[in-house]
Amino acid sequence: MTQLAIRTHRLGRQFGSIRAVDDLDLEVPAGSVFGFLGPNGSGKTTTIRLLLGLIEPTSGEAEVLGFDPSRAGDRVRERSGALLEHAGLYERLSADDNLEFVGRAWRMPAAARRARAQELLGPLGLWERRREIVGTWSRGMKQKLAVARALFQRPELVFLDEPTAGLDPIAAAALREDLAGLAAREGTTVFLTTHNLAEAQKLCALVGVIRSGRLLAVAPPEQLRATVRATRMVVTGRGLDDRIARLVAGQPAVSAVELGDGRLTIALRDGQDTSPLVGLLVAEGVAVEEVRKGSADLEEAFLALMGEDEAGPGGPLGTGRPVRAAPAAGGEPA
Amino acid sequence: MIRDLGTVCWKEIRELLHQAGTVRKTLRSLAFMLAVFGLFLPWQIGRALVETPAAIMPWIWVPFMLVSGVVADSFAGERERHTLETLLASRLPDEAILLGKVLTATLYGWTFAVVSAAVGLVTVNVFHGDGSIVLYPPELAIALLVFGFLGSALMACAGVLVSLRAATTRQAAQTLSLAIVGVLFVPIVVLELVPEAWRTALAALLRGFDTPAAGLLGAGLLAFVDAALLLAAAARFRRTRLLLD
Repeated sequence: MTQLAIRTHRLGRQFGSIRAVDDLDLEVPAGSVFGFLGPNGSGKTTTIRLLLGLIEPTSGEAEVLGFDPSRAGDRVRERSGALLEHAGLYERLSADDNLEFVGRAWRMPAAARRARAQELLGPLGLWERRREIVGTWSRGMKQKLAVARALFQRPELVFLDEPTAGLDPIAAAALREDLAGLAAREGTTVFLTTHNLAEAQKLCALVGVIRSGRLLAVAPPEQLRATVRATRMVVTGRGLDDRIARLVAGQPAVSAVELGDGRLTIALRDGQDTSPLVGLLVAEGVAVEEVRKGSADLEEAFLALMGEDEAGPGGPLGTGRPVRAAPAAGGEPA
Repeated sequence: MIRDLGTVCWKEIRELLHQAGTVRKTLRSLAFMLAVFGLFLPWQIGRALVETPAAIMPWIWVPFMLVSGVVADSFAGERERHTLETLLASRLPDEAILLGKVLTATLYGWTFAVVSAAVGLVTVNVFHGDGSIVLYPPELAIALLVFGFLGSALMACAGVLVSLRAATTRQAAQTLSLAIVGVLFVPIVVLELVPEAWRTALAALLRGFDTPAAGLLGAGLLAFVDAALLLAAAARFRRTRLLLD
């Protein structure tokens, strides 16, 4: 049986009338990199705060590294590192002092503190500048330091809220490699929130998608992509207009259609063949230039999930004009 | 716990030393204050500063004001600079964080008062000496140390309590200033308003105390208020509430 670093059961947190986290059921295997995706205000940060025992849940329960964070938050924090919504650096102090504080807080011996600082700051290009006041640094440098601080005490579990935000592409790529290596080498569980879906795709073994506090899906990135790949078709050509979109939307094989940027994006019901639709388009006088199927990335899967959640099944796929599909054969509403 | 307390104090001292931007600038402003309270004031007041019981007043007042200048920042500043959440996400226990902040602010004010008093003693000897070395009488030296510490602690505990509830350092500083004005001026106003007979009775009561007894009573009262404020701050300090305040 896979050992779990995080397990939540119907975890919820209400702020007045707002349900920031709603019946969250989550299982994160130990030693994995877990990506938590969602738009701003979807409940990602609140979830991290709940898991660290920094706020109390209003319903449900959680177990982090074997401890209930609402009752034994200190045990969870002892074993965790965190880069939260803000870098949280002491900007009047030097980088050395910032890391020294973490090392002392986790009771690392002086020699180990120094060695670890060099080990982390060296590859990030900050070792030579460690005595500078952090407040004078660029945002990217601060972000690198904040990541180093979260990893400093070699935690069993690390929460990283948008770790590559503000980093240049080279530093971001290096950090991604470091995080992947960390999980593989040291067995550290990484709980990562990000808006960068390409990053999640590269890094994460498992991805959770959250919106308005509700978990919409949890799956490996490949599986999420495959869900979209199997049901998505993009047609480019001349003669694609609202009439054609309505006609396609009326086909039983189609669950949703979206017209925009000279393209027709068609969501197909599971297992449906695309060739009759291409035939239909040609018969209706559309000069088809390209038909693309199965190239969806995690971003498309994410947007599809967001769209489904917003409009229910058959809702918009992206940002274009959605066209409602006809009910499926057998009378089931799409 | 002691080790964690030391860690928080270490961080707070580092931040205090950088409060003016750099250590050098901070030390320069402290040196200026030392020149005022350790050189100018004793030079102006003379031997009375080390020989009369009233001499301890500056050494209560100085740390009181000095601590009020930094303690408003203790939690409100961390909240404002977005470091509070990271601090709370660390393994440091609640008591270490709270006591570390109170203790650092207290020691900051107290140390300054003691150093100023020592420098003041040297100044009095240099400018107002009569050939023999002038020293604080032992009971006055003890009172200076005790009241300096309790005065600092009073402001540190009150300041941390206010700072815990404040959204910004400025808000905390304003609340603290109002509290200081209240503590200093309300008794004066009340004394002005009460009938003459009450004032006479109070004066007679105070004259009835001998100086050591009055000192002990005052120290006990201050210690009690300090403890009450510290307990109030401890009751207020709840990790799961601080982020939501």
